Amino acid sequence: MQYELFQQMKQAVIDGDPDRARELCQAAIVQGICPLDAIQHGFVPGINFVGQQFEAGEMFLPDLVLAGEAMKAATSALEPEIQKTGAARESLGKVVLGTVKGDIHEIGKTLVGTMLTANGFEVFDLGVDVPFETFALKAKEIHADIIGVSALLTTTMTGQKDVVEAVARLGLRPRVKIIVGGAPVTQSWADEIGADGYGKDALASVALARNLLKKPGETQVR
Amino acid sequence: MLPNLQLLDADLLERILLEAFTLIWQRGVTVQSPEARDLLAAAGAQVEKEIVRIPELLARSSIESVPREFQLHNRAGEPVVKYGGDSVQFDPGSSCVHILDPETLQHRLTQSVDLVRLVQVAEMLPQYAAQSTAVVCNEVPKEIGDLYRLFLVLWYSNKPIVTGAFSPHSAPAMIELLVADSGSHDALRQKPRAIFDVCPSPPLYMSEFAAQNLIDLARAWVPAEIISMPLSGAAAPVTLAGTVVQHAAECISAITIHQLAQPGAPVVWGGAPAIFDMRSGITPMGAIETVMLNLASAQVAKSFGLPTHGYLIGSDAKCLDAQAGQESGIAAIMGALGGINMISGAGMLDSLACHSVEKLVLDAESIAMAQRLLQGIQPRTESLALEMFTKAGAQGDFLKIPETRKYFRAEQHLPSKVIDRGSLHSWEQSGKRDTFTRAREQVKELVAAHKRPAISPLVENNLRFIVTDHAKRAGMTELPGI
Repeated sequence: MQYELFQQMKQAVIDGDPDRARELCQAAIVQGICPLDAIQHGFVPGINFVGQQFEAGEMFLPDLVLAGEAMKAATSALEPEIQKTGAARESLGKVVLGTVKGDIHEIGKTLVGTMLTANGFEVFDLGVDVPFETFALKAKEIHADIIGVSALLTTTMTGQKDVVEAVARLGLRPRVKIIVGGAPVTQSWADEIGADGYGKDALASVALARNLLKKPGETQVR
Repeated sequence: MLPNLQLLDADLLERILLEAFTLIWQRGVTVQSPEARDLLAAAGAQVEKEIVRIPELLARSSIESVPREFQLHNRAGEPVVKYGGDSVQFDPGSSCVHILDPETLQHRLTQSVDLVRLVQVAEMLPQYAAQSTAVVCNEVPKEIGDLYRLFLVLWYSNKPIVTGAFSPHSAPAMIELLVADSGSHDALRQKPRAIFDVCPSPPLYMSEFAAQNLIDLARAWVPAEIISMPLSGAAAPVTLAGTVVQHAAECISAITIHQLAQPGAPVVWGGAPAIFDMRSGITPMGAIETVMLNLASAQVAKSFGLPTHGYLIGSDAKCLDAQAGQESGIAAIMGALGGINMISGAGMLDSLACHSVEKLVLDAESIAMAQRLLQGIQPRTESLALEMFTKAGAQGDFLKIPETRKYFRAEQHLPSKVIDRGSLHSWEQSGKRDTFTRAREQVKELVAAHKRPAISPLVENNLRFIVTDHAKRAGMTELPGI
């Protein structure tokens, strides 16, 4: 029964159906299923499946975006229950995310947030058109481990460099890692501006974040 | 008879306009500049916080006051670029951050020397009616990057220039530079040499800078070119028709702000509309749908009789391979058939991120084909063939008759050495060189043959003085590239 429900949850995310996801959350609550289990064993396998299919070229950005919407609907529907039970998800680390100043494109950045959240990171999404210093100040305030900076335009990607500099000015480097992404961004660009990493898509950001935060001796995650 | 390709039938065109006007009135446009909002409100638009709802009547009267045609001038003051009607002209793409290094084949950060080479080559190729401020000079401090690019182009070129400002502070300095180049404000207004691209942010969002830039350019009578860039499926509706609606709505709102600031000032309905690749998240400039969006948007502008611009000929390829030739060549032909007044984008690779001087040379050949196509088939001789048959005699030896010598240059585009039409034997003899290798050699020849324009010492001093002043304040100790 529980297995069946988890399968349906996975499918709701794959279908990109937020309404169905919310329904299934209600069913889980009624049945007394631990909300963290519902997320971990129901919804997360769905978003990871979509992420893998996307990486394989079998699914496309609209699939990934809608799966993210279903994922978000599920987590917010279960949030009150999680609060009630006092359970807490183990956090892999804190990530400050945003699209750089002058750029109002949020799809890529939001997908990264969805994938990171689904995989156990605490994500603080600053939104779009975020001033360089704001990334640094927020990271300082919440003791972030990673800052993710998105840019879709060749004209705004130079702002990623400004964020790296702003973070350095606050003395947060090299403890706080900076990762960059966006259509025009490349690994060599990340190297040039002194960022710690670049992910080619939302799924890649998960492995990237894990690798950056792994303790000495732990093995690399692909 | 000039070919004229129209993708929208009358009914669809009408529906597009209806929805565009509905969009700017019912949904409204975000306008960040308080001055632009005040202008719009005073003219009857409804303003609520940053959202401005523009009535169709106001928008239409603004469109009405736009000049239907105007010219850009070269250094000698000759009108060599015509905006309006079905004229078709080309300029290199703008604002790349990378250049394809012809020796290492790496995409590396652009510097002043790269801009200079691009300008030199574009100057030597008649296919380019105008120059562009093609790349960002990464060694120049960002706050004067736009000014410095314009300076370098003025320094090395006689042609008109498609440019743009990066920030509200630099536009006045760039206009000051153009005034120095023209000799006076009046001379610049009478014979503008440059046009400024202004970019609304999709969807339906005018940043403070974009809106202010439109106002400043209009009041200075410096031509402005609206670069609306909806991305189908990401920052615009997924359907091509829906994207054209948004493009129209963005252009119409920008024109309204522009014309309210200064009725009659020159402005162009332009843009870089593109689809959004659902696999890579990039904006594929070589996609046929991107070409179709540019054609349809120009057709909408032409229905008002407005001057047009499009962004084509850029490729998504990373080097000068078959993909680059295919995408750019098709787009050049299609853009020309659409009668787009200024087609920007030649030389660009990697979805507009990377420039290549070699590609500029190759694209010039596609453009030459497009230009030849536009000349169409003309009856150059009184009898089309009969008389030539008589002269050629029983053997039919047409190479010998005077008409052949007289007309072959007009009838046939003679490609540069980039295009190989030689024999297999000569190709093998010359080391089986491919397109890229031939383009690389052509670039070297063109750069070597380029001569800096003769600029009067007074103008040259003024240009240098203005830039030195700004460069010093930005912390520069020398002027790279000159």
